[in-house]
Amino acid sequence: MSRGLLFSILFHTFVISMTALTLPFMLRNPVDLPPIVSVEFIQITDKTNIPFAPKAREILEKVKKEEKRVVSEQAPPADKAKEKPDRIPMPEDKKEIKKIVKKKQNPEEIKPQIRQASEFEKKELFDPDQIAALIDKAKEEQAETKKKSNKLTQSSVKNSFARGLSLSEEDALRAQIFGCWSVPLGLPYDEKLLVRIKLKLKQDGTILKSEILDHERMNTPGQSFYRVLAESALRAVRICQPLKVPPTGYERWKDLQLNFDPTEMLKG
Amino acid sequence: MKKIIIILLFFIFSVQNANSLIKVDITRGNLDPLPIAVSPLHIDEKSEDLKGLKEQKLGEKISKIVERNFKSTGLFNPLKKDAFVQKPDIAHIKPRFEDWRLIKAQALVTGKILVKDKKLKVEFRLWDLTAAKEMIALSFTTTPTNWRRVAHIISDKIYERLTGETGYFDTRIIYVSETGPKDQRIKKLAIMDQDGHGTKYLTLGNELVLTPRFNPTNQLVTYMSYFKNMPRVYLLDIETGIQEVVGNFPGMTFAPRFSPDGKKIIMSFAKDGNSDIYSMDMETRKVERITEHSSIDTSPSYSPDGKYIAFNSDRSGLQQIYVMRSDGTQVKRVTFGKGLYGTPVWSPRGDLIAFTKVRKGRFYIGVMRSDGTGERLLTENYYQEAPSWSPNGRVLIFYRETKSDSKGKGFSAKLWSIDITGYNERMIKTETDASDPSWSSLLSK
Repeated sequence: MSRGLLFSILFHTFVISMTALTLPFMLRNPVDLPPIVSVEFIQITDKTNIPFAPKAREILEKVKKEEKRVVSEQAPPADKAKEKPDRIPMPEDKKEIKKIVKKKQNPEEIKPQIRQASEFEKKELFDPDQIAALIDKAKEEQAETKKKSNKLTQSSVKNSFARGLSLSEEDALRAQIFGCWSVPLGLPYDEKLLVRIKLKLKQDGTILKSEILDHERMNTPGQSFYRVLAESALRAVRICQPLKVPPTGYERWKDLQLNFDPTEMLKG
Repeated sequence: MKKIIIILLFFIFSVQNANSLIKVDITRGNLDPLPIAVSPLHIDEKSEDLKGLKEQKLGEKISKIVERNFKSTGLFNPLKKDAFVQKPDIAHIKPRFEDWRLIKAQALVTGKILVKDKKLKVEFRLWDLTAAKEMIALSFTTTPTNWRRVAHIISDKIYERLTGETGYFDTRIIYVSETGPKDQRIKKLAIMDQDGHGTKYLTLGNELVLTPRFNPTNQLVTYMSYFKNMPRVYLLDIETGIQEVVGNFPGMTFAPRFSPDGKKIIMSFAKDGNSDIYSMDMETRKVERITEHSSIDTSPSYSPDGKYIAFNSDRSGLQQIYVMRSDGTQVKRVTFGKGLYGTPVWSPRGDLIAFTKVRKGRFYIGVMRSDGTGERLLTENYYQEAPSWSPNGRVLIFYRETKSDSKGKGFSAKLWSIDITGYNERMIKTETDASDPSWSSLLSK
């Protein structure tokens, strides 16, 4: 009796867990998301952060100083903050002042005003040391962003290990095959045109084995276009050899599936 | 108990792992024409009159026609022969694929001709060079004078194998040949191969002729002639040359066309400023009235299954395209765009209707679905009209006139073809000026 119960519980947990795992795949209409546009970021700090020769640096810093000056001059002075010290509050003005006072009670709202005022003052009391400090600060900030970006790339690499190819790796491969695939023009507009090709690759990106997954459709009468399409896809893969695969991580991409679908292209 | 759970968990995770095959979606490619090498057909040493054959260079001539056909589709790029690496006879047995791939060819055509007992035997093969595989191998026997058609048939078979659609090279085009100044045009019926060769004139040019159309077997042609200044629809047997009037109408008949089974001719009959659509049974000669409306109904064209008729009518005020059942019921307007729509022609595939559109003084050739949706204008010009479909429903042929200058010079009328994608517009060479083309069905089926 107890054994039966145990088996029953086990069996049910198994079934429930399996359905929980597979149910999402059985959904008929996946949400129609716009296609992901992948953008590749290239680190250019390495190229642009070359230390300048001493003379050049001096000139550059001068320019920077001037730039800083110009920037602060152009910054719109906070009118009210400027007016406050040299104007005796007139009776009509009192209301305004009250408003400002009210605002002061709310520190968040006034923040930008204060900042502008202080910048303004800095401009008036020109101090090269402070500018230098500013430049130093900017450098620090740069370093920080650099660190951040380094962190980012590291995490994305981690991700790609878990999932498969990274976006840039996938893009490189995709772009390569785009160039090799001459899409047959005689395809019908209203048929399903997906060709799935499974590949087994060598380490250098050449093809060990290729297989069309929907093979039976190739010889279906009335679907002769499918055979043509599948053959064109196979040709593309073969012409492209060796495929542009990442230099490392052979294990994760040695089996690769390519889904060829010209529907979007034909519609456009 | 714990063990079982662990085993279960392990099983579940392993299922997940199996799903993590990397998948990459390829949704774009290039539309560059496929590079193809057409090796000259090798002449078999056992042929009769070997010397004569070699002098004729028949093998090279056939391969040149095949190349020209491919080039005209815009889908293939035949490679130059001086880059070829292997002799035709060796290539035909088993090509060295690496050598051909070196010149960037993706497909290769090889062949052999043999003349024996005054019959021409042609053998050809198509090779997929990237897969190092033979795609088709065919052979057929015919009379030696038919060598041009042999080239067209080879082209058709290869086109079919590489595109998945039937070809259209072994076909003919009937058209109205035009000569002389614009106000004194001499118009004759002319027929030629699809590539512009072998033009023959079917009428003498004593009277004006218009709108010739083939029947499904390409034996008969129906057209309109101003014989004795009486515009009527005629029927012409191409082989015997016999002409006859179609039906006994008390007035002008025009815009004829065969039904898809070839048993009926459908046309317009005009009387008292009104024209309606009539059909005539070829066997019983019985005439049937299909539309009955006070407006001008004309340019009827059957759907390929014969169940519907598309025509144009000005019943809404402006000329638009309508579709009805072939018995004249359920008339439905399908075009609602700005401008005038005319000359509807149903595609042999049945999915599209080609038409001429006039808007703001410009002429367009376009296609739309048979319910009027998905209108696409393929080409725009000063004056062009009368589209006709290639038998596979892939290409349209039409004619285009150029403007004459103030002295009345510079006027010309030429045949043009365009792919239904709107690409690959090209002029078809004709001996004279030409108009009103009509494409035959495949001669060899």
